[in-house]
Amino acid sequence: MTATLQALLDTGPIAINLGLRDFAESLKNQGAPVIHVTWEPPAEIDADLASLLDTLI
Amino acid sequence: MGNGRGNATSDVAIRKNRYYDSVFLMSVASRLAKLPGIEDAAAVMATANNRKMLLDLGFDPAGLREATANDLVLALRGERDAVRSVFDDLDSHLVRNEDAVSSISASSWREALTRQPASNVALVSVPGHYASREADVALDAGLNVFLFSDHVAVEDELALKRKAAQAGLIVMGPDCGSAIVAGIGLGFANVVRRGPIGVVASSGTGLQEFTCLVHRAGSGISHALGTGSRDLSDAIGGISTLAAVRALEWDQGTRAIVVLSKPPGARTLPSLMAVLAGCSKPTVVCLLGAEAVTRPRGSSTLVARTLDEAAAMALRAMGASDLSATAAAVDVRGWVGAEAERMNSEQKYIRGLFAGGTFCYQAQQILRDRGMTAGSNAPLPSMHAWVEGDACCEHTLVDMGSDEFTEGRPHPMIDATQRRAHVLAVGEDAEAAVLLLDVILGYGAAQDPAGDLADAIRRARAGAERRGGHLAVIASVCGTDGDPQGLEDQETTLRDAGALVCTSNARATSAACELVGRLSGNREAK
Repeated sequence: MTATLQALLDTGPIAINLGLRDFAESLKNQGAPVIHVTWEPPAEIDADLASLLDTLI
Repeated sequence: MGNGRGNATSDVAIRKNRYYDSVFLMSVASRLAKLPGIEDAAAVMATANNRKMLLDLGFDPAGLREATANDLVLALRGERDAVRSVFDDLDSHLVRNEDAVSSISASSWREALTRQPASNVALVSVPGHYASREADVALDAGLNVFLFSDHVAVEDELALKRKAAQAGLIVMGPDCGSAIVAGIGLGFANVVRRGPIGVVASSGTGLQEFTCLVHRAGSGISHALGTGSRDLSDAIGGISTLAAVRALEWDQGTRAIVVLSKPPGARTLPSLMAVLAGCSKPTVVCLLGAEAVTRPRGSSTLVARTLDEAAAMALRAMGASDLSATAAAVDVRGWVGAEAERMNSEQKYIRGLFAGGTFCYQAQQILRDRGMTAGSNAPLPSMHAWVEGDACCEHTLVDMGSDEFTEGRPHPMIDATQRRAHVLAVGEDAEAAVLLLDVILGYGAAQDPAGDLADAIRRARAGAERRGGHLAVIASVCGTDGDPQGLEDQETTLRDAGALVCTSNARATSAACELVGRLSGNREAK
């Protein structure tokens, strides 16, 4: 489902937050619905392993 | 491995595959730096830029060689026992209060979207290297995006914005610091009244100052949409700005539309002016740093030189007679005269130290409009390039939120450590006449930004007095009576430290210009 910009302005933010937890806390404190996704950088894999995975998948 | 002489040492500790967000790490570094025996502390993810920053700061290259972007690095300089004590008990310094967001946490996009299917916006503030991918996932899920992250490639920005436009969505950013949607602040934002004025801004602190001025004048904001600093460049073509203007034109709660930006690209400016001219509502544009802006024939768009002028024009369009509610309740002319009397003949120059990049930019424009020149690390055309360490031989206006100050270090809106050191240096600067500061309140900003600077202001003033001079201090406060820091308390703290408090950066800069103008006049009279 697409919530257009117009719908965002009409409804107010219903947010998903990735990254700085303070932003989620601030939205929560303002009474806005928010889910904070616990984010971590994807593991780095070297080129050989990536190539091996490509052949296996 | 550490290195050091005598009892002093510098050392790094690495925690493999431990990720923390940058704001948390800044708070850790800030706490560590205040421990007895610790002179300097950095806590960063070991990205290539951060590793370089630590090497530049003199930390041990051998210890950093094996670290990757997924690893946490703590770097400490100080007394050997103090550094060892921290490293021996490192994990206790990395504990965070999980309660605040535990009830609203999800482990994946999928879980978040399942638990909150009505979601309509994603706030993305992960490191820039990963930000485009996460923003793209958000767009695929049908969400608008508030993209706080910077260091996003311009081609990625263009691709994201084109994709958003096709779906009727907006990407606010990258490098978008602030927005207000239906009374709710995203990122760094002040608590402002809802009202009839809609804003589209490529600058975060510009958006904050404008919305605060409108609030202080008794009116309010329908929505204030950030677009990211590059949006009106020709590379992007104003995709988000134009979408935001059109949305505000449709929005029933918006009765006037204001666009705040640095000068757009030559090909993008006509598109912006044409869209504004086509609006049925009053429109105001403020292009900070622009020499002159030509309106299309028949356009009723008002062109403002400063954020204050833009606020005044929007308020007048809403029927407000003036901006008197935002005026400083002090006699600036009388203050200028009294301060000038206390200075010695060496004192000539303004030293501006800004947390907000737009404030540095606007201050330069105000000096330029008065025929003055200045050095800056973010110079406007016709101003001089200044870099940290250069001798100050003219007015200097420094953006302390720029990369050279914030790479791996807290932004001055969050932590005043670096700005305090620069304030103290102004106190040792015999030619400094006026210290010009901004203090930014609101969600996301430091808890007591005025208090964090007050002691340094006092000490800088005492330094000038010891040389038989006097340092004038002018601070503008970007904030409202609803902000969590308490506007009145912040202003009182600054006044008690000896600062003249102004309600806007433009007013503060004008007062500084008047003061150095008076000093110049006094010298000529002698």
